[in-house]
Amino acid sequence: MIRDITIGQYYGTDSPIHRLDPRTKLAGTLLYLISLFIAGNIWCYLAATVFLFIVIRLSRVPVSYMVKGMKAIIFLLLLSVVFQLFLTKGTPLIDFWIIHISREGLTLAVFTAIRLVYLILGSNMMTLTTTPNGLTDGLEKSLGFLKKIKVPVHDISMMMSIALRFIPILIEETDKIMKAQMARGADFESGNLLQRVKNMVPLLVPLFISAFRRASDLAMAMEARCYRGDEGRTKMKPLKYQKRDAAAYAAVLGYFALVVTLQVCL
Amino acid sequence: METIAVLRRSDSRMKIVRTEQLVYEYQKYDDQGNPSEVTRAIDGVDLQVEQGQFIAVLGHNGSGKSTLAKHLNALLLPSGGTVWVEGKDTALDENLWDVRQTAGMVFQNPDNQIIANVVEEDVGFGPENMGVPTEEIWKRVDDSLKAVGMTAYRYHSPNKLSGGQKQRVAIAGVMAMKPKCIVLDEPTAMLDPNGRGEVIRTVRRLQKEEGITVILITHYMEEVTEADRVFVMDEGKIVMQGTPRQIFARVRELKHYRLDVPQVTELAYELQQAGVKLPDGILETEELVRELCRLR
Amino acid sequence: MPITLKHVNYVYGQDTTTPVHALEDVNLEIRDGEFIGLMGHTGSGKSTLIQHLNGLIRPTSGEILYNGENIYGEGYSLKELRSKVGLVFQYPEHQLFETDVFSDVCFGPKNLKLPKEEVEKRAAEALEMVGLDESYYKLSPFELSGGQKRRVAIAGVLAMQPQVLILDEPTAGLDPVGRDEILGQVRRLHEEKGFTIILVSHSMEDLAVYARRLIVMSKGRVKFDGSPREVFAHFRELEEIGLAAPQVTYIVHALREAGFPIETDLITVREAKEAILKILKDV
Repeated sequence: MIRDITIGQYYGTDSPIHRLDPRTKLAGTLLYLISLFIAGNIWCYLAATVFLFIVIRLSRVPVSYMVKGMKAIIFLLLLSVVFQLFLTKGTPLIDFWIIHISREGLTLAVFTAIRLVYLILGSNMMTLTTTPNGLTDGLEKSLGFLKKIKVPVHDISMMMSIALRFIPILIEETDKIMKAQMARGADFESGNLLQRVKNMVPLLVPLFISAFRRASDLAMAMEARCYRGDEGRTKMKPLKYQKRDAAAYAAVLGYFALVVTLQVCL
Repeated sequence: METIAVLRRSDSRMKIVRTEQLVYEYQKYDDQGNPSEVTRAIDGVDLQVEQGQFIAVLGHNGSGKSTLAKHLNALLLPSGGTVWVEGKDTALDENLWDVRQTAGMVFQNPDNQIIANVVEEDVGFGPENMGVPTEEIWKRVDDSLKAVGMTAYRYHSPNKLSGGQKQRVAIAGVMAMKPKCIVLDEPTAMLDPNGRGEVIRTVRRLQKEEGITVILITHYMEEVTEADRVFVMDEGKIVMQGTPRQIFARVRELKHYRLDVPQVTELAYELQQAGVKLPDGILETEELVRELCRLR
Repeated sequence: MPITLKHVNYVYGQDTTTPVHALEDVNLEIRDGEFIGLMGHTGSGKSTLIQHLNGLIRPTSGEILYNGENIYGEGYSLKELRSKVGLVFQYPEHQLFETDVFSDVCFGPKNLKLPKEEVEKRAAEALEMVGLDESYYKLSPFELSGGQKRRVAIAGVLAMQPQVLILDEPTAGLDPVGRDEILGQVRRLHEEKGFTIILVSHSMEDLAVYARRLIVMSKGRVKFDGSPREVFAHFRELEEIGLAAPQVTYIVHALREAGFPIETDLITVREAKEAILKILKDV
């Protein structure tokens, strides 16, 4: 159920994509997403498909694993496809009773579906191949200029990384608390909205207490391991661009230029 | 006077950990948030630990043993008396980071002490904080993971590990800080028997092979049979100390302090009480078997 | 009221590439008034099994009968089943939420939509059964010691007046005295109040003393089912699945091997002591 969502989860393996600098991946993902919005014809989408396919292959993340993550958004996908399909006016393709499907609508629906799927796959590619720490490091470094105006970039990125670590733990804990209360006859499913909110109290109180306890334990564990913020801290995985990052930038820019050219010229 | 102070300092330098008349008090507050009573969690503890020893501190829940552990890492500071870690007074600000680096700490809950989302990054967390150069961090991470036998899991997410494995990662995280001493505060309380064995074996190996001083806080008696010295705490005081054999010979006292003994010790004690002539404090099955066969 | 499991299977992650068979063809009969010890290492399926008994997890296939009725039959109330088959989870922190002990124990019977007087009567009875008197009623459950929290959690389930009480590792994290208190309490519930008890535990020593029947799970299957004496006789096989027998069992086996004429089916310190004394006296 809730545990099957793979969005934002790291897939641990070693691959050329995993080894790229998180900043490269951030920039690459951003460019890829932009390219999807620029893309307006079949050739552009073909380029996007080939590019994504190569990246996925290089990443060594099993396709089945990625597909599993897609399940969560299937409803959203269907909804937008249906909207595009039925509500776009143009050359009628099917005209039957209240069903009007136009050629434009069909094209648009297909493109929207592809665009959405690639959007998710593309951004998933980044989170699946970058450890949350790498990701936050990347953000921290990319946004480092904000430090000059006293934005606590390091602390924010540390918080993000810890949050990511504890989300799965808290989800599992929610499950356990729910069951413990259901064993005492609690009901989380029926009743009107007000009733339901009220019924959440036996779930939320233990969850919050546990979360606070974890937070205080963790703070102590961090202190015991000499954590004192940003000051004097070195990095195990400092972000340093390698040759492969240059190659990756070249590939992404090349791809981007190709899409733009295809869009403008065709 | 000065010579005494010098002598004292050199004396405490020989011990990796030393406490003198350690007292820790904390204020309790009533419902309105007014200070009510002062509770004394540690009450005049004198403790001396030699470099390289395996020390066990026993006590029931609430005996003050965890509070004591937190003093050895300067997570808590004494209300009275002094704690020295490698001759450094933990109460002095300038010693704080040295103390924490010298005496690493492993806690009870395996989930609540792993900070990073990947095993190897978590092990690197301590050295990062200490400002160790990158290349050296990698070396330390490699060595520490190897020392606890978790190299195969280095790219894994901690969430997918068993309790015992998580504790081994936590131990590796401390090892990477190159401590002289590891304090383990009930590291096995939340584990199943297999996980418990895993953690204790790992710790024993580090003590034997790497010469790390181990201070193990626990209430599982079977974990302490190999310790060099055992301390028993009750109501904030050290009430018994000695070798495991000496301690385990005093079954009745241990029960008084809300502790158990391993079944073999209990059986030997019960037989002794019934008039069978057995030596005190039997710790191993083989020993009991040998003694009983001799009697027959 | 007996609980019967017929060919129960539970598989999760069926839609993934690696489905997990958490329970495989489990057949069990849990009779009235039994004291069952349930053991198995982490991941053996024992937690999944107990959650089947009160309908928290629905089997992929197979039948679960409570008092001869299929609990997934039409019109069967799972809520009522859960009040009859009480399940106390491992960590009391997962269920305590009210501002005071008494209200927390009232939560279960309140969910059964009983009148207020009845709810309070049951809560008071339940607290008495676990040995907590009125001086505890108004305390915050979060300020109690570990052992006391456990007892409040158990009372919270007892207040629903179940016939079967399932306890998932009720002694985890407690010191020896806290452990003996809880287990003594459970034994009294069994002997004096006639509850059917299912105790999940990692401690072979405790199970040897308290349980009358042991069920051993391994890889989702029932590996052994019998009296503690019968089950611990298989101590080598138990070791293969990551378990063990009580230390006493090893001692008597070692004695026997060394030529000491002792029976090897002894599982508690008291039994071993008596047997050894008898042999020494006979010499």
